[in-house]
Amino acid sequence: MTTSAPTQKTQIDTRFRSATIPPRAGAGLKPAHVDAILNDDYRIGFLEVHAENYMGDGGAPHRALTAIREQFPISVHGVGLSIGSENGLDNTHIERLKSVVDRYEPGLVSEHLAWSTHDNSYYNDLLPVPYDQPTLDRVCTHIDVVQNTLKRKILLENPSTYLQFEQSTMSETDFVREIAQRTGCGLLLDINNVFISATNQNYKPMTYLSEFPLDRVEEIHLAGHATDTDDEGDTLLIDAHDRPVDDAVWKLYDIVIGQIGPMPTLVEWDNDVPEWPVLRREAKLADEILQRRAETYMLGTRHAAVG
Amino acid sequence: MPLSARPSSKEMADPMSLAVFSSALSDPQTGTPDGLVGPDGKKAAKRFNVYRNNVTVGLIGALADTFPAVQRLVGEQFFEAMARVYVQTEPPSSPLLFRYGDGFADFLEHFEPAQHLVYLPDVARLERAWLDAYHAADAPVLAPEALSTVAPEDLADQRFDVHPATRIIRSRFAAISIFSANRMSDTVPSIDTSVAEDGLITRRDTEVEIRHLPPGAAAFFSALVDGQPLGAAAEVAVSKAEDFNLASAIGAMLEAGVFTGLADTGRGEADEPDPE
Amino acid sequence: MSKKTLAGATAVAGAVAMALSGATLMASTTAASAKEKCYGVSLAGQNDCAAGPGTTCAGTSTVDYQGNAWKLVADGTCTTMELPDNRMGSLEPLDRDLPA
Repeated sequence: MTTSAPTQKTQIDTRFRSATIPPRAGAGLKPAHVDAILNDDYRIGFLEVHAENYMGDGGAPHRALTAIREQFPISVHGVGLSIGSENGLDNTHIERLKSVVDRYEPGLVSEHLAWSTHDNSYYNDLLPVPYDQPTLDRVCTHIDVVQNTLKRKILLENPSTYLQFEQSTMSETDFVREIAQRTGCGLLLDINNVFISATNQNYKPMTYLSEFPLDRVEEIHLAGHATDTDDEGDTLLIDAHDRPVDDAVWKLYDIVIGQIGPMPTLVEWDNDVPEWPVLRREAKLADEILQRRAETYMLGTRHAAVG
Repeated sequence: MPLSARPSSKEMADPMSLAVFSSALSDPQTGTPDGLVGPDGKKAAKRFNVYRNNVTVGLIGALADTFPAVQRLVGEQFFEAMARVYVQTEPPSSPLLFRYGDGFADFLEHFEPAQHLVYLPDVARLERAWLDAYHAADAPVLAPEALSTVAPEDLADQRFDVHPATRIIRSRFAAISIFSANRMSDTVPSIDTSVAEDGLITRRDTEVEIRHLPPGAAAFFSALVDGQPLGAAAEVAVSKAEDFNLASAIGAMLEAGVFTGLADTGRGEADEPDPE
Repeated sequence: MSKKTLAGATAVAGAVAMALSGATLMASTTAASAKEKCYGVSLAGQNDCAAGPGTTCAGTSTVDYQGNAWKLVADGTCTTMELPDNRMGSLEPLDRDLPA
């Protein structure tokens, strides 16, 4: 266990070893799990943090994340940048994100195809955008700004949606593909979100996946969802992250990995967070699928294995 | 034409400003904005309410996490209803949820249904200060030995650099006792809420600490935090409380980690600034 | 050089010497500044990317506390504490807070 402070002889490029996220299962980092993770014989592939939770100046959160980062690769997942925002990005917030990225040297940095801030009000949710040309242009401009400021590629995550805008002129998959082509950003494929949106919007998840630019995917998210009903009594799935990954989502995941090969895979659990072993069990399930698929995946060299 | 997420409209709808979406989010009285639909153009009232719910419940939850003593004092139901009013009155302006609730104490001052709980705003102030101290920048604390390096005759003119986590709280009520009892005890004792209390919040390392301060000490620490020298701060304290114990206060100051070091401007303008 | 009186400076120097002697350090933990060990809410205000619990209902109701809709009475631990005028916490809410 390396707990000593990093030595700073000269200005070296990295303070931590192994920034690369391996094509293994990772878990969303919860403060309550830090000690259990550090002391676990099972070495999880990586941990993902919500950038905003580490935008304070100091104290316990940074202490804990530094201890984690000394032992594991991490990915930074922003939830507050509001890339779909109508009145521009908050430069202060981009700078905060840059500080977190500089401080922890994550292997991957991602954000959402969504908005959460309007007129200086922060809504603490990932709100949907219309899929039309003005929005596309705006989102691309925003991603350019973020990537130029961070001086690195970011991944954009597909949203879970409960409704759509009548003004939309293109499909979500076309919209996302266009963004990736124009900005050079990578994609974070949230398969739980695919399943939720497909159910809520009445299309087949496999159709969505067959139209999704899978060659741009660099990370996968898995999570559990809750079930509700809409005004007509039809099933409405809620992206609650409060339970194990659904069987249907595991099946889709298996198919996707079979198609694109082993890929960093994050299991998220944000509400009703269980003890670490429960979340670890989900991660191990993903690890099993990754391993099984790696053996049959003949071209599995997209991501270098990390020892 | 791809099948998935196909736009359901027959013809192109007028573009909708996200301003319409956001104002409808925060006002449950308004209906679902035009132009938002379910699959095949079906109604989206309940679907839109999922977003409303996420926003409101999420923010109420953030307040409950930041103000657990206030929540315990009034009970979960009352807190939720009260927080709901606050969320609509004062939504967060920062995407950092741990910053939310700066105005919560002031809101409580004027929130009629809680007016009889006169100490509630001060407890909220204490909880907000606690979380600010928790997230404050890391800094070393003043080592007692540093004071030994100052010539005895210069000590009265010595000023200090304040630690980023340091907060001084003065309450007309027993806010510190109420806060502590409601954060850590299983059972809350009967507290005479009318006893005025002063508190000191510090963080030597990562653990936030709260201390009750004796009479005069809050004035003493406040003066030092404002940049006054030790001698002047002591005079302020004695003027507030005749029995102010200076040695004891200095001991507490060192133990709690109120300061990070000696300020280098302690001996007047003639001195050139020297590094610590 | 110093603006302080000699007595002031001496008093301060004496107090610092006493504080550094350690005796006061011990005393300060008990008398001068009783330290409260407080439970740390390390989870406070966490951002995440999940939908809120309670799905569609919980977040959509509205409470008009200035009208008749406010029917709640604070019933937490405030009921165990004494108010300045010796009433108990919230057992006697103001009339106007009661349901109409």
